Amino acid sequence: MKKPLLEVKNLKINFKTYAGLVQAVRGVDFTLYEGETLAIVGESGSGKSVTSNAIMKLIPQPPGIYADGHILFEGKDLIPLSDKEMSKIRGNEIAMIFQDPMTALNPTIRVGKQIMEVILKHKKVSKHEAQERAIELLRQVGIPMPEKRFNQFPHEFSGGMRQRVVIAIALAADPKLLIADEPTTALDVTIQAQILELLKELQKKRKTSIIFITHDLGVVANVADRVAVMYAGQIVEYGTVNDIFYNPKHPYTWGLLGSMPDLNNKSDEKLYAIPGSPPDLTNPPIGDAFAPRNKYALAIDFEKEPPMFKVSDTHYAKTWLLHEYAPKIDVPEPIVRRMERYKKEAELGE
Amino acid sequence: MNSNHKLLEVKNLSQYFGSPSNPIKAVDEISFHIFEGETLGLVGESGSGKSTTGRSIIGLYDITGGEVIFKGKNIHQVKSKKEQKQLKREMQMIFQDPYASLNPRMTAGEIISEGFDIHGLYRNKSERQAKIISLLEAVGLNREHMTRYPHEFSGGQRQRIGIARALSLDPSFIIADEPISALDVSIQAQVVNLLKELQEERNLTYLFIAHDLSMVKYISDRIAVMYRGKIVELGDADEIYHHPIHPYTKSLLSAVPLPDPILERKRKRIPYVHEETPDTAKMHEPLPNHFVYGTDEQVNKWVHQAQL
Repeated sequence: MKKPLLEVKNLKINFKTYAGLVQAVRGVDFTLYEGETLAIVGESGSGKSVTSNAIMKLIPQPPGIYADGHILFEGKDLIPLSDKEMSKIRGNEIAMIFQDPMTALNPTIRVGKQIMEVILKHKKVSKHEAQERAIELLRQVGIPMPEKRFNQFPHEFSGGMRQRVVIAIALAADPKLLIADEPTTALDVTIQAQILELLKELQKKRKTSIIFITHDLGVVANVADRVAVMYAGQIVEYGTVNDIFYNPKHPYTWGLLGSMPDLNNKSDEKLYAIPGSPPDLTNPPIGDAFAPRNKYALAIDFEKEPPMFKVSDTHYAKTWLLHEYAPKIDVPEPIVRRMERYKKEAELGE
Repeated sequence: MNSNHKLLEVKNLSQYFGSPSNPIKAVDEISFHIFEGETLGLVGESGSGKSTTGRSIIGLYDITGGEVIFKGKNIHQVKSKKEQKQLKREMQMIFQDPYASLNPRMTAGEIISEGFDIHGLYRNKSERQAKIISLLEAVGLNREHMTRYPHEFSGGQRQRIGIARALSLDPSFIIADEPISALDVSIQAQVVNLLKELQEERNLTYLFIAHDLSMVKYISDRIAVMYRGKIVELGDADEIYHHPIHPYTKSLLSAVPLPDPILERKRKRIPYVHEETPDTAKMHEPLPNHFVYGTDEQVNKWVHQAQL
């Protein structure tokens, strides 16, 4: 049995705004095991970044409020920790990679020094040793001529190279958990492919657990072991990458998967779009938050929030459609194609 | 769906920036045409010159060289104000950022109808109202949205306003510069479906600029791939997608992550090693309607490698 590294339990985060209290995260539960990659997918405003920032304790208070829940990292709850205690964990045991490598680096400090800073803060090593480690890290993240690059400034690096430096900084203290918040969104596809390869390779070597936040399902298919789909501040479906991509149960997941063209989409076929837009979380809808956009919504969806239904040991979804009394419905065409494809692959033996 | 009538022809278009002695060749002698009623997808990485191409065509820059011929007229040589205005009615643009491309101090109705004032159209108030409402409805909004300001709309709705504005003067040709890349996945599909519907209803011709290859393949009839200011490959969407010839196209296609874990696990990324193409390089047509840029030897070699 794999050991859980991080357990998030009933996490609720609110923000006080002039418009009222925004319930950005509304009861999120998940477990992250050692050495695995969990992808959290969702649209902007779904609460995926707030969740990951909450784990790092990066939610400014005020306006943010940790309204409820626990974040257990190796069994220890992070929420009650003071800033000082947290700064020993941040960057050391839990590190983060941000979306924009332009703004994540200090433009006035040489990159080598920015990496050394982390090592010197968290490890008991001499300056000389830290420098050697920093150069080694630059080499590991695939930067050519690391000795020379060590003394350069961020502006002397391309976007992809800069993101490699950001990864080197994140890995500098050998963290157990790496949170990557849209790390490749600002990069070109060819560079994105390189960075994803690099992250996977480094993970294999170091056994780091990764939480990967993204809205790009292609990236999820590439990196994730397990996937959590977020909508309106809640996880609406989670399972292994195969569960989610080939046997999705939640209509929102259907919508996400159907709205991306696949290779078999004929161009005269319409994309399966989700109508409308996400709800306002100052005043979350009663019942299932997705119901107003869901063409499969049942009457109960507008009255009562569905619980998490178990599909299999690895797969759960929060929709009344899984209730035993729910009517049979026709799964949309692109999703049926996915299920069939998977069956065929399974028969062939992957 | 598309006729054989060339609506737009671009011949040896160049757009340089910087000093004349040491120019940055953002677009470097590219040629292509777009048939009436079709969608040409223009893909490439940032800095490849795809947006510059779009902006040069619509006349946002003074081009360095070449010709842009629209409906038989060279648009950069049209001198009379009247003809220029007419051309601008025919050619419109949809921008990437639905936040930056709408004036925050104007209502949706004002934004959509701004072109009417410039071109002296719909002077009758009720006629104007009716036109604005029909445009809003065409893009899936309704009359109540007319008096609202951009900040009251979501990203997807704003992009719909941008589309309504582009349609307001009944153009025949629309340049869509990354119209969906700032939108969420579920909203992207809505906007793409809308663009397709409008194309059918109004017989529009699109130049669709994007970096998301799977979406480009879905919406385009033909695709042009740009790299360092050159079109390196051009052909039917399926052909480019399934039988790429230029090594850059192959590399680009191999890098696009697909929402399919089984495929992703099996896929191999093809790194691209740039091969200098000397000045003798030109567009070749190794297969019917499938063009590749390079020297004779290069193209022969690539065709051989592609095992066609």
